[in-house]
Order: sequence, then structure tokens, then C-alpha cells
Amino acid sequence: MIADPVVQTAQPAPRELSHAPGRRSSDRLWSATLTTLGGAVLVVAGVILFSLGHVSAPLWRTVHVFDFLFGSVWDPEREKFGALTYIYGTVVTSTVALLLAAPVSIGIALFLTEMAPSQLRPLVSFPLELLAGIPSVVYGLWGLFVLVPLLRERIEPLLGRALGFLPFFQGPPIGLGFLAAGMLLAIMILPTMTSISIEVLKTVPGAQREAALALGATPWEAIRMAVLPYARAGILGAVILGLGRALGETMAVTMVIGNTPRISASLFAPGYSLPSVIANEFAEASGAMHTGALAALGLVLFGVTLIFNSLARLLVRAAERGPGRRR
Amino acid sequence: MSLARRKMVSHGMQALCGLAVLIALLPLASLLWLVISRGAAGLSLAFFTELPKPVGEPGGGVGNAIVGSLSIVGLAALMGIPLGVGAGVFLAENGEGRFAAAVRFTAEVLSGVPSIVVGIVAYGILVIPMRRFSALAGAVALAVLMIPSLARGTEELVRLVPRTLREASLALGVPEWKTALRVIVRTALPGIVTAALLAVARAFGETAPLLFTALNNQYWSQRPDQPTASLTVQIFNDAVSPYDELHARAWSAALVLLLMVGLLSLAARLFARSRTRGQR
Repeated sequence: MIADPVVQTAQPAPRELSHAPGRRSSDRLWSATLTTLGGAVLVVAGVILFSLGHVSAPLWRTVHVFDFLFGSVWDPEREKFGALTYIYGTVVTSTVALLLAAPVSIGIALFLTEMAPSQLRPLVSFPLELLAGIPSVVYGLWGLFVLVPLLRERIEPLLGRALGFLPFFQGPPIGLGFLAAGMLLAIMILPTMTSISIEVLKTVPGAQREAALALGATPWEAIRMAVLPYARAGILGAVILGLGRALGETMAVTMVIGNTPRISASLFAPGYSLPSVIANEFAEASGAMHTGALAALGLVLFGVTLIFNSLARLLVRAAERGPGRRR
Repeated sequence: MSLARRKMVSHGMQALCGLAVLIALLPLASLLWLVISRGAAGLSLAFFTELPKPVGEPGGGVGNAIVGSLSIVGLAALMGIPLGVGAGVFLAENGEGRFAAAVRFTAEVLSGVPSIVVGIVAYGILVIPMRRFSALAGAVALAVLMIPSLARGTEELVRLVPRTLREASLALGVPEWKTALRVIVRTALPGIVTAALLAVARAFGETAPLLFTALNNQYWSQRPDQPTASLTVQIFNDAVSPYDELHARAWSAALVLLLMVGLLSLAARLFARSRTRGQR
């Protein structure tokens, strides 16, 4: 763990003092209490792993990991469990969300840090906070009754006419489907990606862009040649963090993806995602095997988000320390 | 490229960035407007106090879901806030060494765990042994979601307290524990309260971890070991149902939910404002 230099100067009591021989017993008790509380976080992590493993155990006893991940048949009655259709749906919706949200949120971040007058910033950052605070089930409600009809009646027919030669935009416009889920996810991950991008862009030293401007660069050229390269790793981290959120988002996706276990190239088609199938089937699972299979899907989701989040944190942290000081 | 052309590109890109702001604000405006306009129509006193009526019968409300949400989140706060804040104080006070580094890394990584996964965890440790869905299981799931981010938030807030305060207290002979509690944590308290309120607001809006822990209930729940309705699960069930009446109820319940989450966030902001400037 690399601590920020600023944080280090704000370190608590000097070590010699806290480990002095004549230390009060009350202080030892205090220190033990704190350590226990800190340990609670590790216990929570342990409980998460144990419980997921425990609930999914009946599945792993009979189904091979490989068959589980790459099988495309999900039939609880015949106890056949393949996760591929769900993994596919999660990957497709998250990718759509990323492609839509990344340019917009980087644009907003650049606008707020590089272009807008500082009085304008709270006018934009406050709505962004609002967006971040809206519960996902409310997004789902809005998606189901506003976004889906809009897609069905206007956007999907339009896309079909304009880009219908691509396999992604073929088929009847249903509204419910990958595109609806992807667009809704894009709206939901926008605040996360934007606020972290802003934090990263704020760490770019002023001299960096001033130097570019002094050499005769236009404002955009200064951003493209001096600011963005400096912030690249951090912005990538922000995007991946948004991706991590999109992968695990449940309610909004469940309400608009159509909940049909099918692999289709078209974004107009209904599909299914990992969190959605857990949400829909878990409470009424037909037995320990079915519950186990759903918990196994949860374990897959847990593993994937863990990897993406760790990666994103490392990138953001490296970026906040700045490329010049990177080891 | 000529200068005029380069300037044009620059202006064009700046305009695009401004456009991005508008694109982001559009769904927000639409969402808020619809929740308020469609939701307000169904609000009445009965909406807050009565049980849901079956389709076809007029009237009724989501009183049990509101009380259910409050009790689940309240229970979760009782468990999650002390543990989360405590872990945060630990990280700030004894933040060196391998153990603390492991705790910090774990908290950071756990804050990204999908909430539905946490629901499975609570199912495994509470619903299976108790053989029933319960408010308690839902509360444990929400508490698990609160702890990591609260720990990280508290750590940062406690670290902002100037070192001189601690040194002054220790120099006066105040024991370390008393210094930590009465000087350091107390100075950081408004910030910690803000972080806790925001965590509660977030927990209030969670649906996925409650689906198969607290489940749902058509009636009032008397005890925390019984299935309990919540506002969010109620909204979800109503929204995906085929009935227009239930859709209308979902919009009204969404308005109530947004108001409650908004009030909590507002309270958090007010607390944040009461924080003294000198700490920074």
C-alpha cells in the first residue's frame, strides 16, 4: 500500500510515544478494540467468500467449471446449468454502456475542468450528484416506461433504417433488450466515470497545459497533446470503474433487458444478464442445485468485478500520483 | 493545418464537450419530471398508512413497505455504522503495517462488490439456517454494503484532523484513547455523520440485496425474523406487473423513495456544511 505523501505527514501519534514502556492499560485496550474493528472488514470479506462457496457447493460437486461457464443450456428442471447466455448478455450490455458513457463523461469532465468558468461548475456537478443518488429501481421504472417505448417507436426503427446493414441493428424493434439495458446502464455509470475523471484531470499540473498554450497550441490541442496524455491512465481507471458498476447492476437491467435467455447479435433483441437471472430466479429456486447454480453465477460476477475494480483502483491511484513520479 | 482550421477544430471540440453536459442532463430532467408528475397523482394520506390493496380495489397504500424499509435500513445502520466507522478510525489511527494495509485494500475492493452478490451472502448465512426470509437477513446484507465505503470515508476524514491537536492533547497528559475519542474523532464527527447519512441514503435505495433476504410481505411485519416488505422491492414488483393501477402505484412509491433519499442526502449536506473550515 503506497500512501499519499500528504497523508504521511498527517500520521497519528509518533511511534515512540504509542509504544512507550509505561503505556496505560486503557490505551492497550483501546488499541485492541480498534484492531478488532479493523479486523471486522477482513471477517466480512471472509464471510462473503465462505457463504458464496457454501451456497454454490452443490453445483460444483456435479458440474465442471468449464461446462458451467461455456454451456448455453439453462434448464433447472433437468438440472442443466450453463451460464453462457447470461455472461453474453452482461458483456454486451456493459460494452454498449461503456461505448456510450465513456465519450460523454470524458467530455463533461473536460468541459468542467478545462473549459467552463468556475462559477458554472456547481451548476453541473450538483445534477451529477443527483444522478448518482437515484436508486437503480427508479432508473428501471423510468427505463421501462419511458426509454423502452422511445426505443421501440423512434430510435430503433431509425437505427434499423440507417445502419440496418450491420448485424447489430437488425430485427424487429421490440424496445426491451440489450440496447435498452445498455443505454440505461450508460446513464447510471455516467456520474461515477465523470466524477473520477474530474478528480484525475484536476491532478494535471497547470504548467503542462500552459506550456502547450505558450507554444501556440489551440485550447483543444493543449488538451489533446498535454492534458489527456498526462491523465490517460487515470481516465482509463475511471472507465473501468464504471464498467465494474455496469457489470453488477441488477434492477435497472432486469427491468428492461427482456429476460430472455438467448444469444443474439442484434442489440434490438431481448436477452438476459448474470445479475438479472439471479434476481428473478433465486427466491423461487427449485432446489439446492438450482440455488447453487445461481450462487455460482454470483461467484463468477464477484470474481469479475473484483478483477476490474482492483485494476481500476491501481490505475487511478497511479494517475493521482502523476506520471512523473511513477516508479 | 492552417490556424483558422485549427481554431475551428478547437471550437468544435469545445462545443461537443458542452453538448455532452446537455446529453447527461436530459435523462435526469426527464426522470425527475416524470417521477414527480406521475407520482404526485397517487399520493394521499392513505398511501402512507394503509396496506396495498389487490388489483381492482381502489385505495390502499404502501404503509407496510415504508415501515419495512425504515426498519430494515435502521437495523442495517445499527450494525453497519459502528463497524464501518470503527474500522475507519482503526485505519486512521493504526494505519501502518501489513495488517492495516490488508484491511484497507480489502475495504477498497469490497466497495465494488455488486449488491446482488451480497444478497446471496446474507441468504447463505441467515436465510438457510433460519429457514425463512427475514428483515434481519436484509439488514445484514445492507450492513455489509455499508461497511467498506464507510471505513474508507471515515479514514480520510479522521486523517484530516491536524496533528497539532493530537500532540497538544497528548502533551497535556490525556491518555491516547481519550485523545482519539474526545479530540480526534470528535473533531472529525460532522464529516463522519455526513458519510454515515449518505451510506444510509444509499442503503435505502437498494433493491437487489433484499429480493431474496427480506423478500416481501403483503401485510405489516411484526418481528425482524419475518419476511418484510420494502419500498424498493414493492416498486420493482409493481413496475413489472401487467396492471396499470400497479404501475401508477410504482410511480408514487418512487416519488416517496426519492423524497426520503433526497431528505437524507440533504441532511448529510447540512451536516457537511457545519464542518469547520480549519480542518482542511
